[in-house]
Amino acid sequence: MRRFSDVTRAVAWRSIHHFLTQPAFLVPALLFPLFFFTAFSGALSGIEAIPGFDFPSGYTAFQFAFVMVQASAFGGVFAGFSIAADFESGFTRRLMLASPNRRGILAGYAVAALFRAVVVWVMLMVVALLARMQIDGGAVDLVGLYTLAALVNVTALMFSAGVAMRLRTMQAGPAMQIPVFLLLFLAPVYVPLELLEGWIHTAAQINPITPLLELSRDLISGQPANLWAYAVVLAMFAVLVLWALTGLRRAERAGG
Amino acid sequence: MSSTSTHVRELARRSIVRTLRQPASIIPALLFPLIFLALNSGGLGSATRIPGFPTDSYLAFFLAAPFIQAALFATMGAGTDVAKDVQTGFVSRLALTPTRGNALLFGQLAGVLAVSLVSSLTFLVVGLVAGVTFESGFPGMVLIMVLAILIGIALSSIGVILGMRSGSGEAVQGMFPLFFVFLFLSSLTMPRPLIEQDWFRTIATYNPVSYLLEAIRSLVITGWDGRALALGFGIAIALVIVSVFGASRAVRVRWTRT
Repeated sequence: MRRFSDVTRAVAWRSIHHFLTQPAFLVPALLFPLFFFTAFSGALSGIEAIPGFDFPSGYTAFQFAFVMVQASAFGGVFAGFSIAADFESGFTRRLMLASPNRRGILAGYAVAALFRAVVVWVMLMVVALLARMQIDGGAVDLVGLYTLAALVNVTALMFSAGVAMRLRTMQAGPAMQIPVFLLLFLAPVYVPLELLEGWIHTAAQINPITPLLELSRDLISGQPANLWAYAVVLAMFAVLVLWALTGLRRAERAGG
Repeated sequence: MSSTSTHVRELARRSIVRTLRQPASIIPALLFPLIFLALNSGGLGSATRIPGFPTDSYLAFFLAAPFIQAALFATMGAGTDVAKDVQTGFVSRLALTPTRGNALLFGQLAGVLAVSLVSSLTFLVVGLVAGVTFESGFPGMVLIMVLAILIGIALSSIGVILGMRSGSGEAVQGMFPLFFVFLFLSSLTMPRPLIEQDWFRTIATYNPVSYLLEAIRSLVITGWDGRALALGFGIAIALVIVSVFGASRAVRVRWTRT
C-alpha cells in the first residue's frame, strides 16, 4: 500500500508541477471555463423571459452549474492529454519500469486532475460572486455540488486515461474530447429539459449527464434534489475505472 | 506581369492541392460548424419564444454562425501552412527564385478561396435541406457566399501574418482561442437588442464580428436590410484591405530576412 501511495504522490506532484509552471497548460485551463461562463450567462440572460423558465436563482446561477460540470469534465479530459503526451515522450515507459504498483500511476493522474479542477472551481466561484450570482443553496448543498463536480472530474479522467493508455499518442486527443463534448452539449445546457424541443429533447432525456446537470442546478438553488444522480455518476465511475485499468494492462503488455 | 501571374497560378495550384490532400484541414472546417449548428439550434430552440425575437426558427437565426466559424478554421489552416513553409525552408528557397513575395500570398489565398466556396455551399445546402427559408431568395444566397469568401480572405490573411511573423504552427494554433473569444462575445447566440446584460451588449456592439453575423443573418431571416448589409460588407471589405496589406508586408519582411 505504501508503494501505491508513493507512486501516486510522485506522479501527482509531477503533473501538478507541470500544470502550475507551464503557462500553456495553466492559462487555457483557467480562461476557458471563465470565458464560457461569461459568454453564456452574459449573452443568454434574456432566456429568463421565456415562458416556463422558472429557475429561482437566475440565469447566472443556472449557467454556473453547467460550467462547473463542464470545467470538471474537461479538467479530467485535459489530464488524459497529459497521459498521452507522457506515453509519446517515452516518460511512461520509464515510469512503468520504475513503479512497484502501476495503479498508483492512474491514481496520481487522478489527484492531479482533481487539483486542476479545484483551482478552476475557486476561480469560477470568485468571478461568480463578483458578478453577484445568487446562491440559494446552503453549505450542505454546496458541499454536495463540489462532491458531484469532483466525481465528474475523476470519471472523465478515467475515460480519457482508458483512451490514452490504449492509443498512447497525442493524436488520441479528439477521441477523448469529442465524446465528452457531445455528451455535455446534448444535455439541457441553455434551458431546462422541459423547454427543449425536438430531437435534442429526446437525446437529453436519455443522456446520463442530464440528471447530473439537474442535480447541480438543484443544489446551487437550494431546491429539493434528486440524489439518485450520484448513483448515476458513481456507476459511470465504476465502469470507467475498469476501462482505465484494462487500458493500463494493455499499456503494460505493450511495454508502455 | 505574365510571369507574376504564372507564379501566382502555380502557387495557387500548390495551395489548393495541398488543402485537398489534407482532409484534416477541410473536415473540421465543415464538420465542427455543422455539429455546433445542430447542438445550438436544438438547445436554444425555445429562445425564439422570447418576446421580440426576430424569427420563429432558431436554426435560421444561427445559420450565420457556421460561415464565420469556417472562416476561423481557414485562418488557422492558412497560418499553419505558411508557418510550415517557413519552417521547412520552402519560403527561403522560393525567395532565391525570381518569384515575388505577393505571389506566395495570393497563391495561398486561392486555397482559402476554394475551402470557403466548398464550405459556404455546404452550409447553404444544409440550411435548405433542414427547412430554412432564405427570405432574400437565390440572389441573397449568392451574396452570402460572396460575403463568406470576403470574410475567409480577410481572416486567412491574418493567419498568413501570424504564420509569416512567427514561423511556428504552434504559435498560430495558440491564437485560435483569441478568435474564438471574438466570435462568442458577439451577437452569435442572441440579437443584440435582446441581450439583457449591458456590459455584454456593449462588447457585442463594438465587436465587428457581430456585424458580419448580422449581415448574413439579415439575408436569411429578414430579406434585404440595407443597413445590415452595408455594415457587414463595409467591415468585411475594410478587413480584407487591412489584413491583405498587413500580410503583404509580413511576406516582404520575411523575404528580406531570408
